[in-house]
Amino acid sequence: MRVAVVEYGVGNLNSVCRAVQEVGGDPELTRDPRDIREVDAVILPGVGHFGAAARELEETGLKDELLDVVGSIPVLGICLGMQLLMESSEEDPSVEGLGVFRGTCVELPEGVKRPHMGWNEVRFRAEEFSEFDGSMFYFAHSYRVAPEDDRVVLAVTEYGEEFPSMIGDVGKLVYGVQFHPEKSGPIGLKLLERVLWGADR
Amino acid sequence: MTVARRVIPCLDVKDGRVVKGVKFRGLRDAGDPAELAEHYYREGADEIVFLDISASPEGRKLMVDVVRRTAESVFIPMTVGGGISKLEHFREALSAGADKVSVNTAAVENPELVSEAADVFGSQCVVVAIDAKREPLTPENEHLADYVFRDGDREYWFRVYVRGGREPTDLDAITWAKKVEELGAGEILLTSIDADGTKEGYDLELTRAVCRAVSIPVIASGGCGHPRHMLEVFEEADADAALAASIFHYGEYSIREVKEFLASRGVRVRPC
Repeated sequence: MRVAVVEYGVGNLNSVCRAVQEVGGDPELTRDPRDIREVDAVILPGVGHFGAAARELEETGLKDELLDVVGSIPVLGICLGMQLLMESSEEDPSVEGLGVFRGTCVELPEGVKRPHMGWNEVRFRAEEFSEFDGSMFYFAHSYRVAPEDDRVVLAVTEYGEEFPSMIGDVGKLVYGVQFHPEKSGPIGLKLLERVLWGADR
Repeated sequence: MTVARRVIPCLDVKDGRVVKGVKFRGLRDAGDPAELAEHYYREGADEIVFLDISASPEGRKLMVDVVRRTAESVFIPMTVGGGISKLEHFREALSAGADKVSVNTAAVENPELVSEAADVFGSQCVVVAIDAKREPLTPENEHLADYVFRDGDREYWFRVYVRGGREPTDLDAITWAKKVEELGAGEILLTSIDADGTKEGYDLELTRAVCRAVSIPVIASGGCGHPRHMLEVFEEADADAALAASIFHYGEYSIREVKEFLASRGVRVRPC
């Protein structure tokens, strides 16, 4: 399986690629929209700022291409990549996200340490992911998604408040995770495999 | 329910090799940081910290290579520190597979580096390492001391040191911690110079004071000789993470044993 790992901005993409390899995929680091058409799955990794990332996706033409493949192949947004699936973010209200899911991104509440950094429990509501229920995954973020439609929330996590830690449309194969599966040990790799291949593998 | 307390082994690396002696069975090359990191990963470490003590451009290149090799088989967060003084160093480490980069001396000498790195790479990858030491309060230094502590009739404060703890600065550690948070640091790696190497426990007073002063996560470092020291620093000082080197390296306790001990005392940790 060829998996495009979309390269925008800077950060640790090596770990995402290695994790894809570890579960048997063939990662391709790319910032060329044409590559998105050729692959079997897409990962939108997550580092940096919403504004800069959203602008980069828009300017490079990656945004249109990504929206084009949603629904036909698995698409996974990780951390900021998850937030980019929303329409907007309080982090930079002047730009638009991909708008795959309706809603925005908000800052984590006052009274808890920000960033939310470390391992936290993820409670899965979606039956498709029930085997992961209660496992701990690694988080590093200060904003979180606030989808309008509660039905897209596949998992939640508690940090000062309950927030969506995984969203998705199982039928369309499009998912967003606030945690880093590529940094969450064996359980994270397993989840990555599940998202890319589905339950049949 | 909230985020778990983290247990983090730290590997001191010089010219691409682990500095402190290690004797684990099953390691092909006990001096290879990548192999040791993988050992800790399999044992259930929550993160790995690499501290490059080479202080040379060649050493840093070897360190980047270590990170790249470690990322091949280790799927937990990695932090790299030591000799980081430019944005380019952040970029090298991150693109090799590090998730966070820690700055120490360069942050003191050029605080803008912290804010620039946070802008470019995001706060979550910027760790500021603070080395602090208890300093008796004297007429000569009292103008520097923002937070004064008392033990009986002894008065002291916590002074920031740089260059591997060799050089004193004019900074009060607690004020500096607040400052780096403002600059955009996402985490503080706080080492007590007094406690480091003693194996008598973390400096709880220092850790507590910094944890109370900032609202970013704090990793306590220096002095861990027994799992109960981690328990203390979590329960009494409210540290978010505890870093240790020798108790793991010399095989005195495994990561699993430490985590099981913490869990048995009611500390929320990630199961191994």
